[in-house]
Amino acid sequence: MTLAQTLPTKADEAWRYADLKAVESVWQAVDMPESVVVAAGQSEQKTLILETGEAQIRQLHIVLEEGARVDVACLAAAPGYGRVEIDIDVASGAHFEMGGAIVGADDQTLEIVTRVNHHAPDATSNQVVRSVLAGKATGSFLGKIDIARDAQRIDAEQSVKSMLLNRGATANAKPELEIYADDVKCAHGATVGELDKQALFYMASRGLDPVTAKRLMLHAFVADAFVDVDGETSAVEEQALAALEALL
Amino acid sequence: MLKISNLHATVGETEILKGLSLELNPGEIHAIMGPNGAGKSTLAYALGGRPGYEVTKGSASFDGTDLLDIDPHERAAAGLFLGFQYPVEIPGVSNLQFLRESLNSQRKERGEKELSGAEFIRLAKEKAALLKMDMDMLKRAVNVGFSGGEKKRNEMVQMGILDPKLAILDETDSGLDIDALRIVGSGINAIMRKPDKAVLLITHYQRLLDEVKPDFVHVLADGRIVKTGGPELALQLENEGYEAIAEAA
Ligand SMILES: Nc1ncnc2c1ncn2[C@@H]1O[C@H](COP(=O)(O)OP(=O)(O)OP(=O)(O)O)[C@@H](O)[C@H]1O
Ligand SMILES: [Mg+2]
Repeated sequence: MTLAQTLPTKADEAWRYADLKAVESVWQAVDMPESVVVAAGQSEQKTLILETGEAQIRQLHIVLEEGARVDVACLAAAPGYGRVEIDIDVASGAHFEMGGAIVGADDQTLEIVTRVNHHAPDATSNQVVRSVLAGKATGSFLGKIDIARDAQRIDAEQSVKSMLLNRGATANAKPELEIYADDVKCAHGATVGELDKQALFYMASRGLDPVTAKRLMLHAFVADAFVDVDGETSAVEEQALAALEALL
Repeated sequence: MLKISNLHATVGETEILKGLSLELNPGEIHAIMGPNGAGKSTLAYALGGRPGYEVTKGSASFDGTDLLDIDPHERAAAGLFLGFQYPVEIPGVSNLQFLRESLNSQRKERGEKELSGAEFIRLAKEKAALLKMDMDMLKRAVNVGFSGGEKKRNEMVQMGILDPKLAILDETDSGLDIDALRIVGSGINAIMRKPDKAVLLITHYQRLLDEVKPDFVHVLADGRIVKTGGPELALQLENEGYEAIAEAA
């Protein structure tokens, strides 16, 4: 996924679940990809939040130098179409950590698209994505991991879980692994589920009203994607929880 | 306090409760015993309002309220507590958070003031101590990774915190070791043996009834109460088994 220059079509693998009408409407206005270089041994945090604007595309190109680390937290909850793209090169000894949440209802189309380029050995990456979808929303995660022939001893993980609150909602999870090295660990898992009805009844039997019960379960589900900062819920997690309120 | 008349309930397409009647007065402890598959848990779930357990006929009133007409969380707020045969795990939600939200949700429903964090913690500590449960367990996710016996003990801590008027305890004794059974038994007595409360104990074993002495014992077979007696009926069941007694009834 080099960030597309010409208007994408359905034939472009990385855009297969996109709302192309919405993409076309904003294509001219999309900002240039934001470039971030994390120097050797340094670490950085990046936050990407899409929660306003009818259609939004945000692209981030990160280069991790040797032993560098980046923690990306992102939320896709734009009212119409929202897409977060992260393209990252990981040098040896570096670590890429990504936590993402997709929260959508109505006709929203939301996606997080990543490409992790492990071009050097002894590096790690970990991506956790949680989607909660209601109405007729579509939430997609496309995660490509390329591991070059010389990039031995890579540990690259992806955990993608989606929760559908209505029958009309759709979740897509597409891991794509291209591995040319032989000594690598690549764990990836994707699940799609609904709210646990047994748990909902258990909670109701204790007196929890249905909205509070749902809120507790969805908060716990989405919280997997985020880590607390200094013992406090991070700003992006707060925003994700606020977006969930509309779905209760 | 609880008056069940001619209750019929189906699960899926199958009728499980076939005209069950039962009455509990304040201050009473009733035990229900009966063979596997007789419909004991179905009775508990139907009274609790579990989706999929459809009452097709009959009535159940709780302190004058039509129990079957209100939602499960409203039944809890009215004072009903269900101790589950198989307590449910809720990943990512801590016991303390769950119970505090539950209690406050009940209090709100009843028009009472919500408890502050400090008030709640004091209450939780007191009830955990009563059941000899470590506070650390209450900080963990609800029932996740708990052993079978720990789950049952946790049900009783929940009951202590929520302080219901009527508790229906579905095989709370199964899975408990001998010491835990004693702790849970005296916990039930401490929390529920009061003039304005009542308990329906579903159990297979006399051991629990040695700890929590019932005023009445009922035999539930094939969806109905087929025999009612005093504590001696449980002993008779233990000696003779259900078949003989259900047949004689
Ligand atoms: N979803 C279902 N569809 C059809 N039958 C069901 C369903 N769930 C339960 N049953 C049946 O209902 C009957 C009563 O079950 P219930 O759990 O109430 O029994 P029980 O008296 O509690 O038994 P135990 O002592 O084993 O706990 C059983 O025969 C069971 O197989
Ligand atoms: Mg049962």
